[in-house]
Amino acid sequence: MRARPDLIEHLPRLRRYARALTGDVNRADDLVQDTLERALAKLDLWQPGSDLRAWLFTLMHNLFVNQIRVRRPQETVMEDALDEPVSGGQMEALAARDIHAALARLPEEQREVLLLVGLEQFGYAEAAQVLGVPAGTVMSRLSRARERMRQMLAGESEIKLKLVR
Amino acid sequence: MTDTVHEHELHAYVDGTLPAARRLEVEAWLAAHPEDAARVQDWIGQNQSLHAAFDSVLNEPLPLNLVRATRRPALPAPFRAMAATLAMLVTGLVGYAIGLGSGEQAPTAPTAYLARDAAIAHAVFSPEARHPVEIDAAHAEHLVAWLSKRVGTQLQAPDFSAQGFELLGGRLLTGETGPVAQFMYQDKIERRVTLYVRRAVAGNTATSFRHATESGVDVFYWIDGDFGYALSGQIGRQAIQQLADAAYRQLVTASAKP
Repeated sequence: MRARPDLIEHLPRLRRYARALTGDVNRADDLVQDTLERALAKLDLWQPGSDLRAWLFTLMHNLFVNQIRVRRPQETVMEDALDEPVSGGQMEALAARDIHAALARLPEEQREVLLLVGLEQFGYAEAAQVLGVPAGTVMSRLSRARERMRQMLAGESEIKLKLVR
Repeated sequence: MTDTVHEHELHAYVDGTLPAARRLEVEAWLAAHPEDAARVQDWIGQNQSLHAAFDSVLNEPLPLNLVRATRRPALPAPFRAMAATLAMLVTGLVGYAIGLGSGEQAPTAPTAYLARDAAIAHAVFSPEARHPVEIDAAHAEHLVAWLSKRVGTQLQAPDFSAQGFELLGGRLLTGETGPVAQFMYQDKIERRVTLYVRRAVAGNTATSFRHATESGVDVFYWIDGDFGYALSGQIGRQAIQQLADAAYRQLVTASAKP
């Protein structure tokens, strides 16, 4: 019998990513639990020696995408359409009170890339592998995510300044 | 000279993935292009905000249902014990952890937990590239004072510079016997070791050095007075032992002072 990989040490990071991704403690831990169950069921498919962490994040990504499809069937994956700011940055900024709110307003595809790279410190190629998209797509999503966050968070500080004055 | 810098290189700069030489060129570019510099600054701020908002999750007690979910129904005994230990590490509930599996035995020597808990804490935090510690070594005095207060004794971060390891910083964890201090060190090629310090389980007396290997992590541990110490790393048994010797000597000397 081959050595069993240790899932426990990956738990804290899976929970951190899920928390940031879903913005909700319970939903995040449910996602982690589903991921672990999926991982145990498919453990024989995991290649020993390959990156277990990336594999677990891949499983979580797939489950997350399925959840979104079930929750919001009307919003099919139309990244570019979602990407255009509907209103001016200022109006969006009103709702984006902090990093949590700003994250929640990012399209999921962009949020995933921003978190995998900016929080979980995956390389671009690794993030592409986790998400199952070309590296170029990771870069364009990252670029859009960061610019959009910038608009939201910058707008926020302008408004704060006005309030203070 | 830098002719031009592509946007993806600005991102790579922010994420620390540029080769050193190119990094310098990008810095020169940013000095001359304030708009790009402002963007880059904001992006770095976003990464920092993300860590500030979510790193605390790493330190949270793990829900027992998730600890259980990492195990198959019939796990081999070492993994059952490991899961139980982690539950204990994070909940501090000895009874809970022992009852977690289907009647498995608690390890016979309480000190064995120390090695395993230390190894797990090492495995969780040492791979963190940007935020391996809560308080970095630049604030060493504050770090030591803070951890000392929380753990309940005057702690000391041993000096491993003679062995080529510099203090990176430390963090506070939750353990079976209360708060745990973890000091992290790094050498020139970014290998990391951690020193794990917590109050010893009641009834323990001083022990000699012991060695354990937990999930590929070498741990040297000992009990001194009311506290247990464990030094963990994956730098080879001999190297860890040298560091542990140094730590032991320094800590004993320190505690002998009035």
